[in-house]
Amino acid sequence: MRGEARRLLRDGRALAGAGMLTLAVLAAVLAPLLAGDPIAQGDIVATRFLPPLTTDPHGGFHLLGTDRFGRDVWARLVYGARISLGVGALATGISVVVGMAVGAAAGYWRGWLGAALLGLTDFALALPRVVLLLLLASLWQPSAGLVIVVLGLTGWMTIARLVHAEVRALAGRPFVESAAGLGARDLRILLRHILPNALTPVIVAAALGLGNAILLEAGLSFLGLGVQPPTPSWGNLIASGRDTLINAPWVATAPGVALVLVVVAATLLGDAVRDRLDPGRV
Amino acid sequence: MLSGLGVVLGVVTLMFALIRLAPGDPALLLVGPAATEEQLAAQRHALGLDRPITAQYATWLGRFARGDWGTSIATGRPVRTMLAQAWPATVRLVGLSLVLSYLIGIAVGVVQAARGGRLDTALSVASVTLFALPGYWLGLMLVMVFTYRLRLLPAFGASGLDADFLPPAARLADRLRHLALPLATLTLVGIGGTARFVRGAMLDVAGEPYVAVARSKGLSETRVTLRHVLRNALIPVVTLLGLSLPALFSGAVFIEAIFAWPGVGRVLVEAVQARDYPVVMAATAVSAVLVVLGNLLAEALVSWVDPRAR
Repeated sequence: MRGEARRLLRDGRALAGAGMLTLAVLAAVLAPLLAGDPIAQGDIVATRFLPPLTTDPHGGFHLLGTDRFGRDVWARLVYGARISLGVGALATGISVVVGMAVGAAAGYWRGWLGAALLGLTDFALALPRVVLLLLLASLWQPSAGLVIVVLGLTGWMTIARLVHAEVRALAGRPFVESAAGLGARDLRILLRHILPNALTPVIVAAALGLGNAILLEAGLSFLGLGVQPPTPSWGNLIASGRDTLINAPWVATAPGVALVLVVVAATLLGDAVRDRLDPGRV
Repeated sequence: MLSGLGVVLGVVTLMFALIRLAPGDPALLLVGPAATEEQLAAQRHALGLDRPITAQYATWLGRFARGDWGTSIATGRPVRTMLAQAWPATVRLVGLSLVLSYLIGIAVGVVQAARGGRLDTALSVASVTLFALPGYWLGLMLVMVFTYRLRLLPAFGASGLDADFLPPAARLADRLRHLALPLATLTLVGIGGTARFVRGAMLDVAGEPYVAVARSKGLSETRVTLRHVLRNALIPVVTLLGLSLPALFSGAVFIEAIFAWPGVGRVLVEAVQARDYPVVMAATAVSAVLVVLGNLLAEALVSWVDPRAR
């Protein structure tokens, strides 16, 4: 496994993707060390709408400038990373668990259960995800928790399909049959013998799903239906910069660039892992 | 066709279940917190909430099938009229963007697969970046440049305020100018995904024996690429087209909200923000119908491209 990881890092895309993601996670984790308070409003008149790389009259340096309340954009960006990355990661976690459970069950117990689960997967795939998210956000109070659950429960289908295909292919293999012959129970066979061998495509799908979940969280928060201000998330940061595009374009630009870089990083990493698994397709 | 009906039925059923699950009693919302028990009971009876759940479900289905979607709480207009006016704008925007992003995306993917080398790398970086761009942010950036800085294109609505008083040619120009930014945003984001997929599909096909045969017959490289590789690579691409419709529609929801484009997406977002449930429900159902219709179209296209699927 370690040798595999080293080979992977020789791929420029994997290196760039892993590097950018690590930087983003570090910035999120170390936010209190890297920046001041993201919410506090000080001397608004003197510090609002300062362009990037300026020092305010009180001696505070603003790498990415300030917004209309004089809040430091860099501080809001790194604290927003905590929400955006955290929500994305947790939602992807839920998708992976649900997707693996549905895919494994459908692939292992064929017959009515498998058919029903596959039907459910196809149905869920045909739904416009954002429309469903909006519907749920309108029925319940918007919060980070709701966004995590909803994104998680609407993002498992690709993983379920991949796991289903892998499990079907693996279920007839000799090592599985011999485990069954030795008297292992179904659940043990699935968890110990089949799923570990079906993990790799799941990692690829999870990397791509992570980027997607981060984008969708930002989208919901942008519309005011996700994480609520003053808690910073990259989505509501973009929304707050929307009204000041003319006089302070940096407020909306910075979180957008961060968003693109993180999603590009997740995509590059996913691509590199996939190509390693499937060398026929470079 | 049947599975499409199944999806629409499923969506309507899901909405019914979600409304029942959601916190808050609709009757209580209508009568207010000062109401007596009797008033509450009367309101519940009027809404049919005291009937068995199966009967409520049957009524719900019946009303949906007849297109009886009630009136909007926020605007007081019939929901049906609101959506009837909105869906053509969405179909226009999504349809045009679909055609453009697939044409350009396929061209980019073909060039990448056929040329390789530095050009391939550069275009790969470009397509991954486009793929990662949030549409609503790209939209804002385009507005910042083309509306606020260059003052070239309008950023709101589908036509100018004076559109009805313009001569036909000017009216068309006005509409196209309003279409430019939303269409560009949605298309640019779409190109990234399509180009990535086409490049992969082309490279998959390029290793097939019949491509080697075509080349050994002495056919020109262009002819091999277009007639033998692209033709076969298009089959998964057309399948993807059907599968990507929900995502494209989702993207359109954000774009319509940003550019105030008068489509189903904007109606939906405004209704969600105003907690206008009847409109939210109907817009969700209409978007499911649009996606299903698009999928049927894609299936028809697949059988046209791939004789084996007929």
